[in-house]
Amino acid sequence: MQGTLSVSIWRGGEAGSFQPYEVPRRDNQTVLDVVTYVQRKLDGSLSYRFACRVGMCGSCAMMVNGRPRWTCRTRVSRVASSGKLTIAPLRNLPVIKDLTVDMTDFFDKWAKAGGVFKPTATRAEDFAAIRPTDSKRRHADAGIECIGCGICYAACDVVAWKPGYLGPAALNRAWTLVNDARDGNGAARLRAVAGDDGCLACHSQQGCQEHCPKHLNPTAAIAGLKRAVAVAALKGRL
Amino acid sequence: MSAEKLQTCLWLVQRISASVLAVAVAVHLITIIAAVQGGLTAAEIIARVGGNGAWAAFYGVFVAAAAVHAPIGVRTVLQEMTPLPNFSVNALSALFGIGLLIMGLDAVSILYRLGGG
Repeated sequence: MQGTLSVSIWRGGEAGSFQPYEVPRRDNQTVLDVVTYVQRKLDGSLSYRFACRVGMCGSCAMMVNGRPRWTCRTRVSRVASSGKLTIAPLRNLPVIKDLTVDMTDFFDKWAKAGGVFKPTATRAEDFAAIRPTDSKRRHADAGIECIGCGICYAACDVVAWKPGYLGPAALNRAWTLVNDARDGNGAARLRAVAGDDGCLACHSQQGCQEHCPKHLNPTAAIAGLKRAVAVAALKGRL
Repeated sequence: MSAEKLQTCLWLVQRISASVLAVAVAVHLITIIAAVQGGLTAAEIIARVGGNGAWAAFYGVFVAAAAVHAPIGVRTVLQEMTPLPNFSVNALSALFGIGLLIMGLDAVSILYRLGGG
């Protein structure tokens, strides 16, 4: 493939600006390839994150032409048909420098939402026998492939409007644990995700589902949490 | 009552009042479309629903549902769109709800009395 790409990349912190770069087009080029080219050939001071390059680690998420995407699995040909790319740090997270954001809030909210598994059995006991067709197991299975990339969090308008909101990823994690028969933290977790900053704040706009690179549906997980929280409140268990 | 439980109850009440409003709005609109024949005039409305205990009760429930439903939504809008602290958000929303209830019930009462009830 011939030609060049006109690339604008965010440089600096919160008060930075976009800087223009010209990058040669390549066959099967990904957005991460473009960022790496800029860092290695044009400006070594560019900061960005990546690790696995194969869509497993969730560290290379950025805003690409205004949408949050995993850059290692996003082909330039899919998103830059006009030959222009605008690459910015993930939305809804504080910018550290250039394309790197501070993920502290994002992961702290996983803990706040009760995202830690609390086993009910000891290692002396036998394995829990759970049928793969069990309905609760299927709900859990639907959400466990999350790679923690933060794309849903960047896509969520409620996070933008309400910084305390736990966000789609943390709530999706909580829903997988609510449906895990081996977990013993159910009541405390439902309390953690109830209320103004929890699942009830979701407007079901489905930006998370639309952008999730793993095709998960956090909106459905949050809807499940809303039902569970409502039932718990009616039964006096909140 | 814990904050989580209170907020969950508000959420539930908003959904329950929404289902009441869905029925009430449908009855209200269908009645208007079916009943209005000679133009929408105050005289015709008073003649049709004024002084009627059943209509007064229906619109009383309608007003109560709206007065519960709307302020909970306003509370969410204020939380998301303004930097107001929670106390102010709750107080403004409650005042809005009380205002809706007073004005709505006053209108229902006047309509009932104008029809000779």
